Formats: sequence, structure tokens, C-alpha cells
Amino acid sequence: MIRLSDVSKKYPGGQEALRRISLDVDKGEFVLLLGHSGAGKSTLLKIMAAIERPSAGTVSVSGQDLRELRPAAIPYLRRNFGLVFQDHKLLMDRSVRDNVALPLRITGFEGRDIARRVRAALDRVGLLGRETAHPVELSGGEQQRVCIARAIVHRPAIVLADEPTANLDDDYAREIVKLFTSLHQVGVTLVVSTHAPQVFDGVPTRRVTLTQGSLQS
Amino acid sequence: MKAWLREHVLALRDSLVRMGRTPLASLLSILVVALALLLPAMLHVALKNLAALAPDRGTDPQLTLYLRPDAADAERLGVEAALRRQTAIARFRFVPKDAALAELEKATGLESVVTELGRNPLPDAFVVTAAPGNARILESLQSEAGKWPGVEYAQLDSLWARQVDAALRAGRLLVLLLAAVLGIALAAVTFNTIRLQILNRREEIEVSKLIGATNAFIRRPFLYFGALQALLGAWLAWALIEGALRLIEAQMGQAAVALVSPGAALLGPGLPEILLATPVAGALGWSGAWLSVAFHLRQFDPK
Repeated sequence: MIRLSDVSKKYPGGQEALRRISLDVDKGEFVLLLGHSGAGKSTLLKIMAAIERPSAGTVSVSGQDLRELRPAAIPYLRRNFGLVFQDHKLLMDRSVRDNVALPLRITGFEGRDIARRVRAALDRVGLLGRETAHPVELSGGEQQRVCIARAIVHRPAIVLADEPTANLDDDYAREIVKLFTSLHQVGVTLVVSTHAPQVFDGVPTRRVTLTQGSLQS
Repeated sequence: MKAWLREHVLALRDSLVRMGRTPLASLLSILVVALALLLPAMLHVALKNLAALAPDRGTDPQLTLYLRPDAADAERLGVEAALRRQTAIARFRFVPKDAALAELEKATGLESVVTELGRNPLPDAFVVTAAPGNARILESLQSEAGKWPGVEYAQLDSLWARQVDAALRAGRLLVLLLAAVLGIALAAVTFNTIRLQILNRREEIEVSKLIGATNAFIRRPFLYFGALQALLGAWLAWALIEGALRLIEAQMGQAAVALVSPGAALLGPGLPEILLATPVAGALGWSGAWLSVAFHLRQFDPK
């Protein structure tokens, strides 16, 4: 489903974030990207989502080589993904409902469908009843769950999550792991980065470790 | 088609909501647009009222052929036939003396004087119009037509009338130039308003792009905002002009207004002008917004 071949990423300052990474993620797989801060996990996820371009190597998603993708086609590619950001990237002046509905509005869903799907997504992350709240009124864990609800509301085939359990206490972290496990069980492909793999213990995942931009098998 | 229409309706609604959220800022922006449009519009209205002082003359050069009071019908028909042979003139029309008298009474309010005269002192006449900028043809026709049987006197526009025409033409050109310059100003005002809006919504734009929004999706509400702002500005300018005219009328008094305006009311922008100005203003606002979004969205590369 996602194939990376000899992918390297060098930033303009000369910093090398990734070195010749080759990785295949199959459909329905749950991949944990492990590594310390600065190991290149976030960069790898951004390259998969066509947010960053690799300096070398090839990336393909569902057989589509991202190098051949026109810039105008990138938004449509991104709609295949559900993205969970480490810093949530929620719109603070919008309600929980509006935040979660954003991907549906972007893809042109009708009002009734939006309302139904938003409720379903919020129900799934345990935030039903908080639709009208604003992100500032929520705890860090709740904000992360809103971010996850936004990532899954349009029922994407692939969820890419960058440190979704960072800065959360164990109870919240376990809730999120449980949520990802349930998504995996319904066939969603997941690539989740974390520097604290212990919260995923007991969950059947393929673990891939990045060390200073290189993949450790 | 339905989805496309829905997206546009949503974008329009989003623009209206955003205007409503910042009423003072929106009002000020609309006012700036209105002021930009007001100058050429006021000048246009002033020229319109000036031109209305000589409603039948129009602005094209004219030659008037006054027939002898005792001119026979055959002579009148002869003059008409001779004019038909003049291919270089734009048009001509016959003004019977009764119509000329009625026109004079209406324009000057001298009914009592005319009644006291007991007879119509005006002759039948032909009014010949040359195409704009082709006045020389009338000069040669003046000397020729003066010798035609039945024609007593051929009078070219008097100097002051030609000067008024020239001034009106120059004024209209000035209106066009001002409209063009201030149209650019309108687009610039919209460009800047949209720039500020984009900066305010930077976070939202970045997140939207990250999760699959196309540039068209992001651009649409801004385009509607720009067009709406310009439209409202145009309508405000129209309202201000109408208000100013009514104020001037009130200050001048009805009798004075009747002296300068045959309809006893100063002329404001008419329906055709409003129907023309509205889409033009909307298009300028839309263009300014489009340029602004196209320019500034390039700087948004979400990471």
C-alpha cells in the first residue's frame, strides 16, 4: 500500500533527516515507527503523506509514484489519509464539531451526512456530547481524541499518526491505543510513530525502529 | 453539478458570516470601496445633469437649417431630398415649427410670452447631425445648404455650444480614466483586505491543505468576500450619490432645481448604469481577491 525505496531527506541547512530508507507497508498492516526524538519518524510520516518531498528515492501510495504526481493532485492523495498530528493542529476558534467536520466539508459531503459522520466519529473517540465545546475547553487527551476523530471521520484507508500518545498520561494513552486497535480490526492501515512503545505492548504490530535517520531491522 | 453548487453556496455563506463577525472592519472596507467609486460616479452624474440642460442637442455637432416662413412643401421636400444625398452626415430630422414652439415653452417656461405674441414666430427647420469628430462636414454643408431653395439660414452650433460639447466629451473621458484608475484602486483595496484575512486564517488554511483541501476550495470564500465587498461598496456609493443629490435639491429649492433640470429633479445614476456598475464592481472585487489569494497562497506550504 505504501512503498518507500531508498528514500533520503536532506534539509536545506544540510541536516540529513533520513538515510536510504526502504519500507513496505501492506494493506491492513499496523506499523509502529519507533525511535528517539529527532530520529526521523515525523519526517518519514510527512513524506508518506506527500507533505515533504524526499531528496532522493521513490515513494508510492497504492501504486501511485508520488514523484509523478502533479501538485494539483496532492490534495486528492491526502484525502486517502487520516492524519494525526503530534501538536493536534486543531482550529481553536472552531467548535469540536466544526474541527471534526473539516475533512468532510473539504470533500464535499452534504450537511446531513456531515452531522451523522461527525457524531459517529466523536462517539468512537468517546467525545459525544462535546460537539459545541472549543478545543481550549478540552484537556490534552481530549484534544488528541478530537484530532483522531478528525482523522477517521472520512473513513480513510490509511491512518498516519505522529506521536499520538505523547504528553498523555497512561490512561489516556491506553484509550488511544485501544482506538487504533479497533481501527486496525476493521481493516484500516496504520502507521504510528512513538518514542514510548510500551503503551502498545500486547497489540499485534510490526515494529520498525529509526535511529538517526536510518532504519534498523 | 449539485455538489459544485453546494460548495459555492457554502463559500458565499462563509463570506457573509465572516463579514458579520467583524462588522466594523467590514463596514470600513466597504466604505473605502464606496469612496473609490464615488469620485468617478459623482463626476459622471454631474456631466449627466449638465448634458440634460440641452436635451435635444445631444453631444454631436449639429447644423440647423431654418426654412423661410413661406417655404412651400415642395421646397421642404427638396431640402429633405438634398440631405438624403449627403452620405457624410450621421442623421437629420425635421422639426415643424409647432413642435419647436412646444419645445421652447417646455424648456424655458415662457408660455405667457408666446401666448401674448399671438402667433408662432419660429420657422420649420431641419437639424442635421454629424458623426462625433466629423464637424468639418457640417461647415462645408453650412455654406452649401444656405443657398438651397427654401432655406433662409443655416446655423452651425454656436461656439459656446461646441465648447460645452468639447467639455462634456473631455469630462466623459476623464470619468473613464478616473473609473479605470479607481477601479484599480478598488482591486488594490480588495487585495489588501484579503491579504489580512489570509493572514488571520493562516492556521485554518494550513490545516485544510494538510488534510486535502484544494487551492480552489481555499480560494472560493475569499473570492466571494472580495466580490461581496465590492458590490456592497458600489451600492453604498449609489446610495451616497442619491443622498447627496437630494441634499443639493433641498438646499437649492424646487424652483432653482427646475431651472437647471428639465425634469425638476437632479439626475442620479439610472438603472442601466447601476446594472452595468454592479457586475463591473463585483468583477473587480473578485479579481483583486483572486490576485491576493493566488499571490499569498504560494507562501503557504504546510509542514
